[in-house]
Amino acid sequence: MTAPPVLDVADLRVSIRGDEGIAKILDHISFRLERGRILGIVGESGCGKSTLIKSVLGILSSGARIERGEIRFEGENLLAMGDKRLNREIRGSRIGFIPQDPYLALNPVFTVGAQLLEIMRWHAPKSVRNHREHLIALLRRVQLPDPEAALDRYPHQFSGGQRQRLVIAGALACAPTLIVADEPTTALDVTTQGQILVLLRELVEEFGLSMLFVTHDLGVVAELCDDLCVIYAGQSVETGPTVQVLREPAHPYTRALLACHPDRSEHFTGIPGLVPSPLKAPPGCRFAPRCTSARPACPERPPHYVAAGQGHAVDCILHEGSGA
Amino acid sequence: MLRFIARRTLLAVPSLLGLLIITFVMIRLVPADPAAALAGDNATPEQVAQIRAQYGLDQPLPVQFLKYLSDVARFDFGDSVYSSRPVAIDIVQRLPATLELTFAALFLATALGIPLGVVAALNHNRWPDFVLRIVSIGGVALATFWIAIMFQLLFAMKLDWLPLRGRSSVGISFAGGPTGFLMLDALLKGRLDVFWDAFRHLVLPALTLSLGGIATITRFTRAGVLDTMQKDFVTYERAVGYPHRRLVWVYVLRNSVVASVTQIGLLFGSLIAGAVVVESIFDWPGLGSYTVNAILTADFKVMLAVTLLVGVIYAAVNILTDIVHGLIDPRLRDQA
Ligand SMILES: Nc1ncnc2c1ncn2[C@@H]1O[C@H](COP(=O)(O)OP(=O)(O)O)[C@@H](O)[C@H]1O
Ligand SMILES: [Mg+2]
Repeated sequence: MTAPPVLDVADLRVSIRGDEGIAKILDHISFRLERGRILGIVGESGCGKSTLIKSVLGILSSGARIERGEIRFEGENLLAMGDKRLNREIRGSRIGFIPQDPYLALNPVFTVGAQLLEIMRWHAPKSVRNHREHLIALLRRVQLPDPEAALDRYPHQFSGGQRQRLVIAGALACAPTLIVADEPTTALDVTTQGQILVLLRELVEEFGLSMLFVTHDLGVVAELCDDLCVIYAGQSVETGPTVQVLREPAHPYTRALLACHPDRSEHFTGIPGLVPSPLKAPPGCRFAPRCTSARPACPERPPHYVAAGQGHAVDCILHEGSGA
Repeated sequence: MLRFIARRTLLAVPSLLGLLIITFVMIRLVPADPAAALAGDNATPEQVAQIRAQYGLDQPLPVQFLKYLSDVARFDFGDSVYSSRPVAIDIVQRLPATLELTFAALFLATALGIPLGVVAALNHNRWPDFVLRIVSIGGVALATFWIAIMFQLLFAMKLDWLPLRGRSSVGISFAGGPTGFLMLDALLKGRLDVFWDAFRHLVLPALTLSLGGIATITRFTRAGVLDTMQKDFVTYERAVGYPHRRLVWVYVLRNSVVASVTQIGLLFGSLIAGAVVVESIFDWPGLGSYTVNAILTADFKVMLAVTLLVGVIYAAVNILTDIVHGLIDPRLRDQA
């Protein structure tokens, strides 16, 4: 018997009720994160990446509803777990979280020490006797200068890179098995971004972690992630080992995305058309209206993966029946 | 932090100087001839001239202003027409009663307004929110004197739970103490009976005075909490598993009360104004009823002294508000 994947998301559908009606923000998201690996979730801004993370952590806004699907964490369905238990055992404990913009994510009127120790107060394993010392050691490990003094300072007194190191230490503080990171390098300059990526890679190996890494940047995925899952307008269109998917992209959207990436193409092409609003999403494959290889049957085909290679799956009519 | 406090305090100096100039000019503008007004209707021209010399009103304006400043600095406002005692002494005797009433009202407004505001925000657009919104509009809209009389009718006359008026019962003998705050002095001297009696007398006037403040603070706290709940750091704090209660009552609230603190500062001013009405109705021996008397008898020395006092209190409260802001929000301290 093999151990279950750390995170197994199957056919997740989330809708949010807003002023203008019900928007299907996520419509069939499926992927699997195996132990010890880094899975990159890639998609343009607004495609539902943060909503996906909030679903995993069970912190969707009150207007949101999970219509369908499963989120299994180490074999247990998180969607069947009550909020009390999620708060006691999962959030901050077994799943650590790294936010997108730590300047906005840290509370401006409390010292960073108070905020990080608050996580430990409720979630640190019993074996950690002295929370403060443990935290200082972690801050030293993430290369934050002068960690003792840092605890008594306020978020606005740090640089962007330092704040990112603070929340990374916060994510590690309670010995999680999974770390979920929502575009953790987007708010940083390129040099700092590179340093943080190296650090994250080291930490995953050193602490035996698995990581769900959300980004809109394929270049970052190529640099950091073992596997990737491409999302377009709330649908996961392709997933597989990073090397494989980047070498042989199977979905027309992935191909278009690769073609526009500045590292890959001489001239910037871009994809014609606009991302549909989740309020008026086209039926079937949401990419079909912009797809150069679209078929008449695309709007009728319910989203599902077909195999496109070893561990490589794609949600596209073109690969239907083609086998592995 | 000390630099921050010093800066804020210095900022108050120009306002106070402005107040001194305005009051000085006003005394010399109305009435047309203060000496004649002081001398009274039946005074002879000689008497008016004598008064003019006595008060230095025949001197050039800058000299008069300097004299005015030195009088104010020595708390020398002359004698009250009404009580024929030095105004400063009257005020010192009556100020503690007013402060006691105002502080009690401020305490009630804060202690009730902030939790009610949080509860309203947490139940945004559900029934507790609606109830609190209606009640808090009522709290502002209903006239103070009407509420005061309703309270007297219900709690004092019908139910006989609380005394109708005054600051202490007739039979109680108590010499007072160093602070002038009756409840505090009673505690200091170990007189629990006096403390309890003073407390019972304070309840109705303080509650009446605080109603508008409870409503204001509830509204501002509610708005502040609703606004803060949208912030990214709340998402972060939920994502890392802060317990819900602590998240709201500690981490969200501290961000939200910044607006409420401003309101509490402003409220103090309006409470002192409101005390005039409440003190008259409840026969509270404070500055409010004293000022009403002064206005009715055109006792302009008292009015001047009270105006300056209220100005100083306003300035002090403003400084305090700023300091509290600085204590709550470290970013403000670092700017200073
Ligand atoms: N609370 C909400 N109410 C209504 N719409 C929302 C809400 N949160 C997110 N959305 C919408 O869901 C879509 C996906 O948002 P998000 O998950 O933040 O995307 P990403 O993180 O990929 O940029 C966007 O179109 C956004 O406008
Ligand atoms: Mg996002």
